[in-house]
Amino acid sequence: MPDVRVVNLTKKFGDIVALDNVNLTVHDKEYFSLLGPSGCGKTTLLKLIAGLIEPDSGEIYIGDKRVDNVPPEDREIGFVFQTFALFPHMTVWENVNYGPKVKNFDEKESETIVHEVLELVKLHERLGAYPNELSGGMMQRIAVARALAAGAKILLLDEPLGQLDAKVRNEIRYEMRKMAKDLNLTAIHVTHDQSEAMSISDRIAVMKKGKIVQVGTPQELYMNPASLFVANFIGESNFLEGSVAEANNGELVIELRGGAKVHAFGKGLARDERAVVVIRPEVLTVEKPSYRGKNVLRGVVEKISFEGTFIRYVIRLESEDFVIVIKPSLTERWFDIGDSITLSFESEKAHIFAYPEAGLMEEISV
Amino acid sequence: MNSRKINDALNALSSKKAPKYTTYLAAIVLFLALILLPPILGIFTKFDTMQQILNQPTLMNRALIAIANSFMIALLVSAFDVIAGVPMAWFITRGKSRWLNIIDTLADIPFIVPTAALGYSLLLFWNGPEGISALFGGSLISPGWLLITLLHFTFSFPIVVRVMVGALLDYKMEFERASRTLGASPFTAARTVTMPILRPSLIASYILAFARSLSETGATFIVAGLFENGPVFLQNIKNELAVSNPPLYEGVTVFTSLILIVVSLAIFAFIRIFGSRLRLPIRGFWPSFERKLSYKKAEASRNSITLIVFFLIVLIPSLFVALPAFEALFNPTLSEAFSGSGIWSDYWQSLVVSYALAGIVTVLSFVIGLPMALMIARKRFGKFTANMFDILVNVPLIVPSIALGVSLKFFWQNFAFIPEFLLLVFAHLAITYPYFVRSMTAAFERISLDMEEAARTLGAKPFGVFKTIMLPLTKYSILSGAIIVFTRSVSETGATLAVVTTLQTAPVVIVNWVKQFVPATPLDIGLGCGILIVLSLAVLLTLRFVTRGKARY
Ligand SMILES: Nc1ncnc2c1ncn2[C@@H]1O[C@H](COP(=O)(O)OP(=O)(O)OP(=O)(O)O)[C@@H](O)[C@H]1O
Ligand SMILES: [Mg+2]
Repeated sequence: MPDVRVVNLTKKFGDIVALDNVNLTVHDKEYFSLLGPSGCGKTTLLKLIAGLIEPDSGEIYIGDKRVDNVPPEDREIGFVFQTFALFPHMTVWENVNYGPKVKNFDEKESETIVHEVLELVKLHERLGAYPNELSGGMMQRIAVARALAAGAKILLLDEPLGQLDAKVRNEIRYEMRKMAKDLNLTAIHVTHDQSEAMSISDRIAVMKKGKIVQVGTPQELYMNPASLFVANFIGESNFLEGSVAEANNGELVIELRGGAKVHAFGKGLARDERAVVVIRPEVLTVEKPSYRGKNVLRGVVEKISFEGTFIRYVIRLESEDFVIVIKPSLTERWFDIGDSITLSFESEKAHIFAYPEAGLMEEISV
Repeated sequence: MNSRKINDALNALSSKKAPKYTTYLAAIVLFLALILLPPILGIFTKFDTMQQILNQPTLMNRALIAIANSFMIALLVSAFDVIAGVPMAWFITRGKSRWLNIIDTLADIPFIVPTAALGYSLLLFWNGPEGISALFGGSLISPGWLLITLLHFTFSFPIVVRVMVGALLDYKMEFERASRTLGASPFTAARTVTMPILRPSLIASYILAFARSLSETGATFIVAGLFENGPVFLQNIKNELAVSNPPLYEGVTVFTSLILIVVSLAIFAFIRIFGSRLRLPIRGFWPSFERKLSYKKAEASRNSITLIVFFLIVLIPSLFVALPAFEALFNPTLSEAFSGSGIWSDYWQSLVVSYALAGIVTVLSFVIGLPMALMIARKRFGKFTANMFDILVNVPLIVPSIALGVSLKFFWQNFAFIPEFLLLVFAHLAITYPYFVRSMTAAFERISLDMEEAARTLGAKPFGVFKTIMLPLTKYSILSGAIIVFTRSVSETGATLAVVTTLQTAPVVIVNWVKQFVPATPLDIGLGCGILIVLSLAVLLTLRFVTRGKARY
């Protein structure tokens, strides 16, 4: 039942446009992430949904009900703050029991609920502890437990893992998803960490400068980025500049800087237009020097870094552009710095975009 | 060129241990020698005079009743202050009106108006034939305990508002937001989360208002009528006995002062120790009732009541004296005043004394207070020393100022060569110093140690850190601390009355006029108060102007 829907939502702080005409639907029981660089408006969007700040224009719906004028305490949401905001003057038990109390639940009933959620987050021993006696991981769980105990159907999480160290973070993120799924909750999870968003979300909205630039499943975003920004922000990409030499019904031949010609598929580009070819590092294959197929790029190994499972090569192409190539370390042959190398890729796996007016660097920078 | 050399020299000096610690030690020694020890020693040298009062049961009874009155009024008034001041602070910090800035400034007015002028103003408003009494045909409230209570409320209310506005601005909204998302209505969130977290500020504001009510002498004397509280009693006794029976006068004074001091220290200690342990008395939850209190209508009526209380009980009575002052502008009183004839020559002299005194006291508070504040905030001599001085520095704050003045007088009169003006400086220094150190300690504590350490790792010497980090970041607090010291000194009457015999400060002159110890017409008094108020307003507006927009850090 509780879909969350925002329509034409705009919010300004003075001259800063924090959210610019945003439209978004999050489905019932979905684990949804808002992903984007710092300052793009993620927290602002989340606070608007929670009712902690008021929009300048636009509409917000939870389920079928328009909630713009509903105060936060009546929106049936749970909000987990980046700093957790556990009440310092209350024990763990009192913090978690706060929601049931202010919502006037029956005493017996609320006791059962508090026990259940504390069981759920595996923090049943420290009932009498005050927040300043807990570790970051514990505080995070209590913050979630507190939101759950208040009966939230929608969990709003503002960088809930941001304060934790990398190892704990990786463990807890799967627990978060599992918990939301087990309890049939809708979750909106704000993060600027793309690997976090990719690994736990059903769908992701990528934001940039107050706008949502693409919404999709992690796979869709990775396989079909709708813009250079998304291609760069999600996963890793090589960007090669060139211009359209031939255009034939979406089948393009691009002449890259330095003269090499590659084939790719893309719509909306005409002859002589400037273009950018985007190729994921793992898409590039290493070929024999005698290779005579399509899409040949030749270069020299400039840098090697060994990353355990993978080896990462930086290749200087004949055009003086650099590309990154990633290969499994144990199943493929190794190269040395200075080795000549011939690369290729399948046309279907590359993406073509028109060269951005603002410049490539400006477009993809976060 | 030259200042640069001085700067280098200070930098070099500051990185050596000896000069650095000498500065701190000097500040401590001066504090002990000028502020803390003289009143204590003063009262102990006169300890034996107390026998005088033991065989005077009626006098003793009168003293005890007066003392009890003081504490009753102080406890009651500061409770009212908190009840009315918190909604006001809430309104100022959370409201959306464009007028809030002005209301914020207005709230400071009763605080900076010298209390003697305030007392006269209230007398006119509540009791005089032209004030609110006119509506009721006759005097609505005659001098006595009720008028004293109203008066104390008027000048201590702004203290609570100031402290709570600061606390609410510093408060991390996230806690309250979390409470709202968990289902609490705004009122419940404020009561169960915000107020408990701000408890230290609530306690501090209560103590400050309490101490202020206990100390105030000049204005209280004006509105007291036949009623006596501690300070009024001490002043009456001085008028009755100082000449006719000096030993009895000393005995009564020592007795009363000592009890006032001991009881207020005990109350202070009690609040300090138990205030922080006490979980707020009301821990229940009444969601549906409080929800009703939270929304538009209830909020609007709460704000209206707050504003009505503020305007009707605090602001308008404070400024009511403007009426006769205004009238005086259009008749001979004005030219008399400015020609300095008759009683006015004393007035102008007292004004010079008051402002010179306030200026000197402000500079001295700054010079010996700043190192002390730094020492306490940064625990330069260890945690224990810092905590100890943190408490000791506040002692003069809670001792009724007239008792402080009396004890000081007993001590310094052993040194006959000390001129009266210097005596006044010492008395005012003792009273104002704690305000300055308090506000500076708090300001230094707000600067995170990281910032200082970062500056050191970037190559700044200790003096450089102080100059480039600590001072710029605390500019606002220094300025507002200085203003508090200055206005407090201009207002101070109790300690002044206790230590002087010939010199007069402005509030003393006003008290003498109102009490008709000197023949002054209502227009004279009105104009005299009006001039004081205008000068204080000028100080306040200067502060507002200088610090505009600087309170951000
Ligand atoms: N209360 C505020 N007053 C003024 N500007 C604000 C306020 N809150 C946010 N902003 C501005 O709005 C923009 C979006 O802020 P927001 O906090 O939503 O970003 P974010 O995506 O959450 O960033 P981060 O990842 O750093 O938390 C920023 O430019 C920020 O400076
Ligand atoms: Mg944010």
